[in-house]
Amino acid sequence: MSHSGIIETTPIYGVMAEFLNAADLVHAAEKAKAAGYRRMDAYTPYPVEDLEEPLDLHDNRISLYVLLAGICGATFGFGFLSWVNTVAYPLNVGGRPMISAPMFIPITFECTILAAGLTSAIGMILLNGLPMPYHPVFNVPRFARASQDGFFLCIEATDPQFDRAKTGAFLDSLGAYEVSEVAN
Amino acid sequence: MSAPLQPVELPDEIKIGPIIGPQENLTTVTDTLAGIVLRRKTSYGWMMGTFVSFCLVMVLLMSMTYLFLKGTGIWGINMPVAWGFAIVNFVWWIGIGHAGTLISAILLLLNQSWRNAINRYAEAMTLFAVACAGMFPIMHMGRAWLGYWLLPYPNTMWLWPQFRSPLDWDVFAVSTYATISLVFWYVGLIPDAASLRDQAQHRWQQVFYGALALGWRGSARHWQRYEKASLLLAGLATPLVLSVHTVVSFDFAVAILPGWHTTIFPPYFVAGAVYSGFAMVLTLMIPVRKIYGLEGLVTMRHINNMAKVMLTTGLIVGYGYMMEAFYAHYSANTYEGFMMNNRMFGPYAPYYWCLIFCNIITPQFLWFKRVRTNLVILWCVSIVVNIGMWLERFVIVITSLHRDFLPSSWGHYTPTAWDWAIYVGTIGLFMTLIFIFMRTIPMITMHELRLLVPPETKTPVVPAQEPVKRI
Repeated sequence: MSHSGIIETTPIYGVMAEFLNAADLVHAAEKAKAAGYRRMDAYTPYPVEDLEEPLDLHDNRISLYVLLAGICGATFGFGFLSWVNTVAYPLNVGGRPMISAPMFIPITFECTILAAGLTSAIGMILLNGLPMPYHPVFNVPRFARASQDGFFLCIEATDPQFDRAKTGAFLDSLGAYEVSEVAN
Repeated sequence: MSAPLQPVELPDEIKIGPIIGPQENLTTVTDTLAGIVLRRKTSYGWMMGTFVSFCLVMVLLMSMTYLFLKGTGIWGINMPVAWGFAIVNFVWWIGIGHAGTLISAILLLLNQSWRNAINRYAEAMTLFAVACAGMFPIMHMGRAWLGYWLLPYPNTMWLWPQFRSPLDWDVFAVSTYATISLVFWYVGLIPDAASLRDQAQHRWQQVFYGALALGWRGSARHWQRYEKASLLLAGLATPLVLSVHTVVSFDFAVAILPGWHTTIFPPYFVAGAVYSGFAMVLTLMIPVRKIYGLEGLVTMRHINNMAKVMLTTGLIVGYGYMMEAFYAHYSANTYEGFMMNNRMFGPYAPYYWCLIFCNIITPQFLWFKRVRTNLVILWCVSIVVNIGMWLERFVIVITSLHRDFLPSSWGHYTPTAWDWAIYVGTIGLFMTLIFIFMRTIPMITMHELRLLVPPETKTPVVPAQEPVKRI
C-alpha cells in the first residue's frame, strides 16, 4: 500500500471507502463501530435501515417539532376565529353563540395540518444542514455514484482514533472496492 | 386413497408479474429515468403534444380575458342556476387531484410498495389539477381582481370573511392542500434532483438540478431524518386528502337545496374523487409507459392494482347514487322526491343516464382480469370514467339548482361556447404542465424505486469505471 503522490501534511476531511452493495456497507459500518470509530457517515442511493445501529442514527427531534407546530397551528386557528368573531367583528346571527366551535373545526384543522406539514419538510431540510452548496465528500471522484448505485462509508478526520494510514488500511481490510482520501 | 389435490393459490408475482421488471437493477433504474430527462432527444410527438396543449392554453387565456372584460354574463349561468360550469369544473379538477396524495400518503402508510413507481407522476398530476381547479372560483367571482378578498384579512370596514361558511372553509382547504402537496412533492424530489445533478451532461443542468437538490449527498444521517419527515408528512396528508373533498362537499351539503342537503355527501365525494383521480392516472400512465419504455418499472401489476382501486371506489360511488335515490323516496319529502324524479326524467335526464352508464355500468367490466390487463380496453374505461365523473358534478350542480322549491323561480341552464372554451382551456393547461413535467423531472421517484430492486441484483455487475486512486 503506497501513499503515492499524496502530501501527508495537507489536512483532509476523512477517508472514504466504496462498497458494491448495501450489505457490505452495513457490515463495514458495524466493524468500524466495533473498532471504536464514532465520527463516520455513510452515503447511499436509498435509505438503508440497517445503518441505524452502527451509525447511531437516533435523531427524533423532528417528531417533537412537528407535534409542537401542530399544537401551535390548532391553537392559532381556533384562537384566531374566536377572536375575529368575538372581538374584531362580533356578528350576531339569530342569537347563535359567538364561538360556534363546530363551525370553526374545518379551518382549525387546516391550520394544524399546514403548520405541522411545513414544519416537517422545512425542519428536515434545516436539521440536515441543507442547503449546503459545498461539501468535501464531493471531491471523491466516484462519489457521483452515491446517488445512483454506489455505497460509501467515510470515517472523518475529527474522530479521535483517526489516523490517515491506519484508518485507510482498516477500511481496505473490510473488502472495500476502493478507498480514497477526501480532500477538504 | 390419497387426499384430493388442492388448487394452489398463486401469488400475484406469478399470476400478473412482478412489481419491478426482472431486468432492472440500481444502475438501469437511474439510467432509464434520468436518461429521459437528461439525454433523450426531444421527440416529434412531444413537440406536437405540447404545441396542441399550448394552443388550448391560448384559448384559455383569450376566453379569460374576454370574461374579465365582459363579466360572467358571457357564461350560461342565470339566476336559479348561478353555479354553472365553473363549479362543475372546480369539483371535477379537485377530484382528479386526489389520486396523487392518496397514492403518496395513504398507500405509504399502508406499506403498499407498488405505489413507489407511480407516486411522483400522480402527485404532479395533483398539483396541476389543483392549479386548474383553483382558477374556477376566482373566475366565478366575476371580479377576479378582488380575489384577495377571500384571504382572512379585514377590509377597510373591519369586516372579516364569514368563517362559518363552507365557501370560506374551501379557501383554507384547497390552499392548504395545494401547499402540502407541493411540499410533499418537493421533498420526494430532493434526492432525485441530486441524482440528476450527478449525471448532468451540461452545466445548466448541473446548476438547475443542483439548486433543486440543495446539496443533498445521500448521507445516512440525512436519510434517517428524511424518512421520518416523509412518514410524518404522509400521516398529515392522509387526513388532509380526506378533508379536502369533504369540505368541497360541504359547499353543497350545508346548503338546504333538495339533492344537496344529505349526510352521504362527504364519503361519497371522497370516493368519487379517488375514483376520478385513478382514472386520470391510468389515462395518462398507459400511453406514457409505452412511449418512454417504462414497462419494467410501471408493470402490469401496477395497472391491475389501479384498476382494482377504480373498481372499489366506483362501487362506493354507485352505492352513493343508490342511497341518494333511496333517501329521496324514503324521506317522503316532496321536494327531495321531486328532485330525484326530475333528475331521472326531467330536462337533464340524458345526462343522468349517461352518468349511470359511465360510472356504474362501465366499471363493472373491471371485475374481469382480462379487462384489467388489456391496456386498450382499460384506457377506454378510464376515459369513460373521467367523463362520467364530470357528468356527475354537472348533474349534482345543475339539476338541484334549476328546479328547487318554487316553480315560479325555476329556470334552465345551457352552457355557452365560452363555458366550453374555458373548460377545454384548462385541460390544455393541465396537459401542457404534464408535458413540461415529463421532460424536466424524472417521472418516477428513483430513490424509492431502488428499494424495490431485489437484493441479488443490487450489486452492479461491472463497475462503471476503474478505481482511480488507492492508498
